[in-house]
Amino acid sequence: MSAGVAVPTGWVGRSLRRIEDPALVRGSGRFTSDLPAALWVRFVRSPVAAGKILRIVAPPGARMVTAADLAAVGPIRPMLHKFNYVPIEQRVLAADVVRFVGEPLAAILAPSREEAEDLAERVHVEIDATSAIVDAYAAIAAGAPLVHAQARGNIIVDARVATPGFAAASAAARHRVRLRIRSRRQNALPLEPRAAHAAWDPVERRIILHCSTQMPHLMRTIIAQLIGMAESGLRVIAPDVGGGFGQKMSLAAEYVVVAWLARSLRTSVAWTEDRRENLIASFHARDQHIDLEGMFDDAARLVALRADVLANVGAYACYPTTGAVEALMAMAEMPGPYDVRDYSCTARGVLTHTCPMAPYRGVSRPVITFAIERLMDKAAAAFGIDAPTIRRRNLVRAFPYTTATGLVFDEASYVETMDAAVLAADLPAFRARQAAARLQGRYLGIGMSTFCERTGYGTPAFAARGMDVTPGWETVVLGIDPSGCVEARIGSSPHGQGLRTALSQIIADELGVSPERVTVVHGDTDRTPYGWGTFASRSLVIAGGAALMAARKVRAKLIGMAADLLEAAPEDIVLGDGVARVSGTDRAMAIDALARAAYHQTHRFKGTFAPGLAESATYDPPGTFSNACHIALVEVDIETGRVGIEKFLVAEDAGRLINPMIVDGQIHGGVAQGIANALYEEVIYDAGGDILTATLADYLPPTAREIPPIALHHRETLTEASLTKAKGVGEGGTIGAPAALINAVNDALAPFGVSIDEIPATPQRIRDALRAAAAAKA
Amino acid sequence: MTQRAAIVLNLNGVDHAISVEPRRTLADAIRDDCGLTGTHIGCEHGVCGACTIIVAGEAVRSCLMFAVQADGKRIRTVEGLADGEQLHPLQEAFIAHHALQCGFCTPGFLMLSLHALERDPDLGDEELLDLLASNLCRCTGYQNIVKAVRGAAAVMRAGVVR
Repeated sequence: MSAGVAVPTGWVGRSLRRIEDPALVRGSGRFTSDLPAALWVRFVRSPVAAGKILRIVAPPGARMVTAADLAAVGPIRPMLHKFNYVPIEQRVLAADVVRFVGEPLAAILAPSREEAEDLAERVHVEIDATSAIVDAYAAIAAGAPLVHAQARGNIIVDARVATPGFAAASAAARHRVRLRIRSRRQNALPLEPRAAHAAWDPVERRIILHCSTQMPHLMRTIIAQLIGMAESGLRVIAPDVGGGFGQKMSLAAEYVVVAWLARSLRTSVAWTEDRRENLIASFHARDQHIDLEGMFDDAARLVALRADVLANVGAYACYPTTGAVEALMAMAEMPGPYDVRDYSCTARGVLTHTCPMAPYRGVSRPVITFAIERLMDKAAAAFGIDAPTIRRRNLVRAFPYTTATGLVFDEASYVETMDAAVLAADLPAFRARQAAARLQGRYLGIGMSTFCERTGYGTPAFAARGMDVTPGWETVVLGIDPSGCVEARIGSSPHGQGLRTALSQIIADELGVSPERVTVVHGDTDRTPYGWGTFASRSLVIAGGAALMAARKVRAKLIGMAADLLEAAPEDIVLGDGVARVSGTDRAMAIDALARAAYHQTHRFKGTFAPGLAESATYDPPGTFSNACHIALVEVDIETGRVGIEKFLVAEDAGRLINPMIVDGQIHGGVAQGIANALYEEVIYDAGGDILTATLADYLPPTAREIPPIALHHRETLTEASLTKAKGVGEGGTIGAPAALINAVNDALAPFGVSIDEIPATPQRIRDALRAAAAAKA
Repeated sequence: MTQRAAIVLNLNGVDHAISVEPRRTLADAIRDDCGLTGTHIGCEHGVCGACTIIVAGEAVRSCLMFAVQADGKRIRTVEGLADGEQLHPLQEAFIAHHALQCGFCTPGFLMLSLHALERDPDLGDEELLDLLASNLCRCTGYQNIVKAVRGAAAVMRAGVVR
């Protein structure tokens, strides 16, 4: 099952049980909405997609706040310094116009949630509705209404790249394969809705904001800035966070309002989003059109690639990544794991009167992987070769490899990982079974995707995107207290990834103590060094690297002190099992005793060592690419259009596995979201911009019935691009699954000559395609 | 809606005398009036199952029930699952099989499974999938939840409970 995976010698590599779990299974986790508050907020939201606000009138006796009350609160105005980005503003409560259904207009305050909801229902809202633009192509059509006046043609980002040789390579190519794909809009849908609780601390005279966020430090910075207060006057705590998947890395306008209210009213104020609000007015993602053309030589090698990306980014720009994030990531990473030297891409982000988009697990990559992997399958069919063969001819094999867009692929195993997956899937046996099934009128299909995923990337990657905020590094402050307990305070902010457990394993190995002796503190701006958070498959790589660096500094000091007290050379000191030993002797000293000496008996060191045992380290890595191959086996019911997944297989290489159990869990969950992307979930707007998927009976996250067993195969390529040798693994499952599944669906439907190039491939879409194919034949 | 009803919620064997509006949901009453916040609210329309608890021997969505309907009935929530330091086999199995990540849906899955396994620890694989399809989890992809409940069922069948 685990070819090429090292046998662990220390704590790293072991599937330790998670430190996080006992509290969570007891129901004693602490989530934001568990806190009592003096006042609860209900937001009054726009019922129309576009229009001018005429009047907002509160019912008698209600306490209501509108944009007029928040005149001193700055607008959310994320910035990008490249790619013709047009900055746009969002007032935290809409001021003059509304731009999407669900946009917050006013905040009603009451002692309970129910009372606030009752009052909010009775707020009289008059809006002079104007025509709404919902579709990306309609938004860029001549004469379309403008969502923001300054964004001409509704385009907020217009990025173009082309390699110098593209035109010549494209013109000379003998084989062309073209494809248009469509990814419908989706919602990351964390099970805990967004929530904020702000309380005025009369003693310290500042605000304590608990909120469900992936980036507590940045939330403090931006909220303090928008409200116009010192950052020191705001403490942000991300307690237990019930899933984020990117949706909670972006600033919620509502959180700003809640913090402002607590500060203005000198009390505690809370807001918990309900599921309808989450579905219509949190953040959406993946609403893209991609036009892709691959130019191949006679040997089916991709010599040039042309892409046109149109991303519907909704009505406003999310902070900090901006609405350009999908388009720009698509542009930078479209060629995937393939060795293609010439590339041209246009990538645009288009404003519409819909809920703003924000990063969602994988960001653009589930969509672009779907695009390029469909292209590969279509090319394979055109050349009369099979899916693994065309990939084998095109995958990058020599590392480091610099892509056409300037990314550097570090050491990896693209070909080997794919071969392992193909072997495990037993293609010949499947083809025999498929042929037999077709004779009985049953349609089985197999599909694959190969991809690499940029993970754990530092500030240069964000700077290359032109971001005003470049969240690349992480800091860890690691100390051993006088009793010998280890505490790591981290700027990153996990929310379900088990990072406390994984970091404790890394630190324990370095310091020669048990992981149980290590406490990891996160999610509190008072208790942790400034840092960024958990997103972009980065925390284990970057916070893990910083933890390792800090632990090495503490280790060096421990060894020095032990050498001093045991009268030995530092190189003869060995740390392990909580003890510092002189190698080859019985002289030893407990690390606890060393720790106590470091604080309480510093005279013993005669000034050689500064008092205490705490070190800080910051890691800003170059970025490392993990890679994987997904294979899906499906059966399509041609009468109903239903897709059943018979088997799903993932072979992946995420470098060193720090805690294999956690890695497997990340892949399982990621694949489940990828399956949802491919087959089930879709945010649907009507032509007027009203949203039709406002309950979980309409928006369809999969259940245990829809997610099949997922077989995993690991490899460990040890890279120099990550201090711990671990690569990121948080998003890969979601990235590869849609492409593999839709390729499988198309393989199943090959006898009908259809091409499904839209996700989710719902039963309706599959039936439509089959009907259209039948009509064309008739 | 200011009229209030005096009711008693018996939570995990402890009576909580509270005064609630008739429209207050059981989930809100347990969390806000009784202070047991282990029962989570994920959708408030009966789909996600995060608020699943056991009322008078039946697994229910506590967001779809009024507190007044549970007056005087025996209610079991996730806080009553462990026996002091001793975790219930389901809790043990969820940890051992990595059946939780963010932990938000976990109390609902635990109570849903508890109810089913106490009725029938011999639940077959297909019945188990049908059961677990009642609730939503966004982190785990369900595989490990299925394994954990199977694992706990084996322990419960062996009669090692408490």
